[in-house]
Amino acid sequence: MIEARNLVKRYGSTVAVNDLSFSIRPGMVTGFLGPNGAGKTTTMRMILGLDAPTQGSVTVDGRSYRDLPAPMREVGALLDAKALHGGRRARDHLLCLAQSNGIPRSRVDEVLRIVGLEAVARRRTKGFSLGMGQRLGIASALLGDPAVLIFDEPVNGLDPDGIHWVRTLMRELAAEGRIVLVSSHLMSEMAVTADHLLVIGKGRLIADTSVDEFVRSSSQQSVHVRSPQAAELAARCREAGATVRASLEEAFMGLTRDSVEYQAAGATP
Amino acid sequence: MTDAAIARTGPDHRAAFRAATFADVLRSEWTKLRSVRSTFWALTATVVLGIGLGAAISAATAHGYAKFSASGKLSWDPTGYSQAGVAIASLAIVVLGVLCISSEYSSGMIRTSLIAVPKRGRVLAAKSLVFAGVTFVVGEVTCFVAFFVGQALISGHAPHAALGDPGVARAVAGGGLYLAALAVLSVAAGALLRHPAAAIASMIAVLLVLPGIAQALPDSWRNPVTEFWPTQAGTQLTSVYHSAHTLQPWPGFVVMCLFVVIVYAIAWTLLDRRDA
Repeated sequence: MIEARNLVKRYGSTVAVNDLSFSIRPGMVTGFLGPNGAGKTTTMRMILGLDAPTQGSVTVDGRSYRDLPAPMREVGALLDAKALHGGRRARDHLLCLAQSNGIPRSRVDEVLRIVGLEAVARRRTKGFSLGMGQRLGIASALLGDPAVLIFDEPVNGLDPDGIHWVRTLMRELAAEGRIVLVSSHLMSEMAVTADHLLVIGKGRLIADTSVDEFVRSSSQQSVHVRSPQAAELAARCREAGATVRASLEEAFMGLTRDSVEYQAAGATP
Repeated sequence: MTDAAIARTGPDHRAAFRAATFADVLRSEWTKLRSVRSTFWALTATVVLGIGLGAAISAATAHGYAKFSASGKLSWDPTGYSQAGVAIASLAIVVLGVLCISSEYSSGMIRTSLIAVPKRGRVLAAKSLVFAGVTFVVGEVTCFVAFFVGQALISGHAPHAALGDPGVARAVAGGGLYLAALAVLSVAAGALLRHPAAAIASMIAVLLVLPGIAQALPDSWRNPVTEFWPTQAGTQLTSVYHSAHTLQPWPGFVVMCLFVVIVYAIAWTLLDRRDA
């Protein structure tokens, strides 16, 4: 279980994460949802011991990340697909990570096969596309076969095929009884991947709820309608006493409207 | 593509794995060092510059020996000439040492490394140890080959040195030790400053610029600087003859090592405390 208690992170006068408390349970995909700059990455960095919380604490199975005896066997993480030395071959990159946690060499070839990068295993990662980088990052997260997986915006840069692959992978990992935490700023992505949602805005927890509950509370009883005369249809429906929302996207935006950090003038009604 | 084999045994086997050890991190850092091309080129430069420049300077001075004055002949230092390339070769070691950690900061690899090994002191220690070890071996080979090549070029034209002469074996072997200490200093400087350019510039200032400036100072300032400036003091180990206002070989090397320890301790403390 990942447990955060009153997490606070300040950078100078900026408050990136503000009194965040949550617990993440195994066996389901937990979506970490919030607009850009909401504090998702900062929170993940604190879980992984990269940033020290200004106040509060976060633990993995009751221990702070830095105290885990074999971190990669307990937690696998993909924060930034570009966080690697471009001059190193993909296989060597994974090998040095595996060795640091005493993971056998054979596992490197295994994860390369799982993410479908066997053919480029001997290429230097400088020439990798963003999508290949994401796959390599996911491979390194899987190296230790960990019970906890943390992915920051894993579908960024992937083609539709890759997106489908990542979604399926997350669901499979969760079905095996693991903790899977996935961040995204796209509600539509979370709606198809996640079972549970942590919604944050401006570093504060806005909602901690199941995806179904979140959608129900935001959209009440809704019917999804497509129409070439959408505006006219909406007007007629309103006359009949219905509430009209453009999409789930809007439910999310409605909830986080007040906590968006950078808002274009006049972008919202 | 998503076959069923994501897990080897599933997440319920967690009691079975062992804790990661320092030896694991050493293996990892060795893989990191050998898997980038800059390592090969920097070490090649060390060997070629160390041996080549030493040979060129040995040959050139030996040919001029006959024209030397009596006092010039008194300060004749065949070991020193054959080792003259080491000072330049050391710059390649400095650059590689700084890069092996600061390039992790510029590429973002450091975050991946520190997630894998959150006990950060281990990363710095393993990196320093692996790089110092490699530098020591390459340094000793370079210094001894440079010595034999240099003496072969000098003999016949001027008096040459032998390993059995007083202080010669210590001076030649000292070259590898000096380079190894410099290797640790470079890694520590890279960890401390994090930007490759800043760290390389600082190291060159410590090695060349500041001692050069000291030469322009009045004697009362210059002598203690020449005597105790860490990298100057360290090079006493590599010199056969003792000149005025310098430390003895081993005390000089100890001064350099103390300086390395201090910089390393600061780098370790900051690495542990700073957000990565």
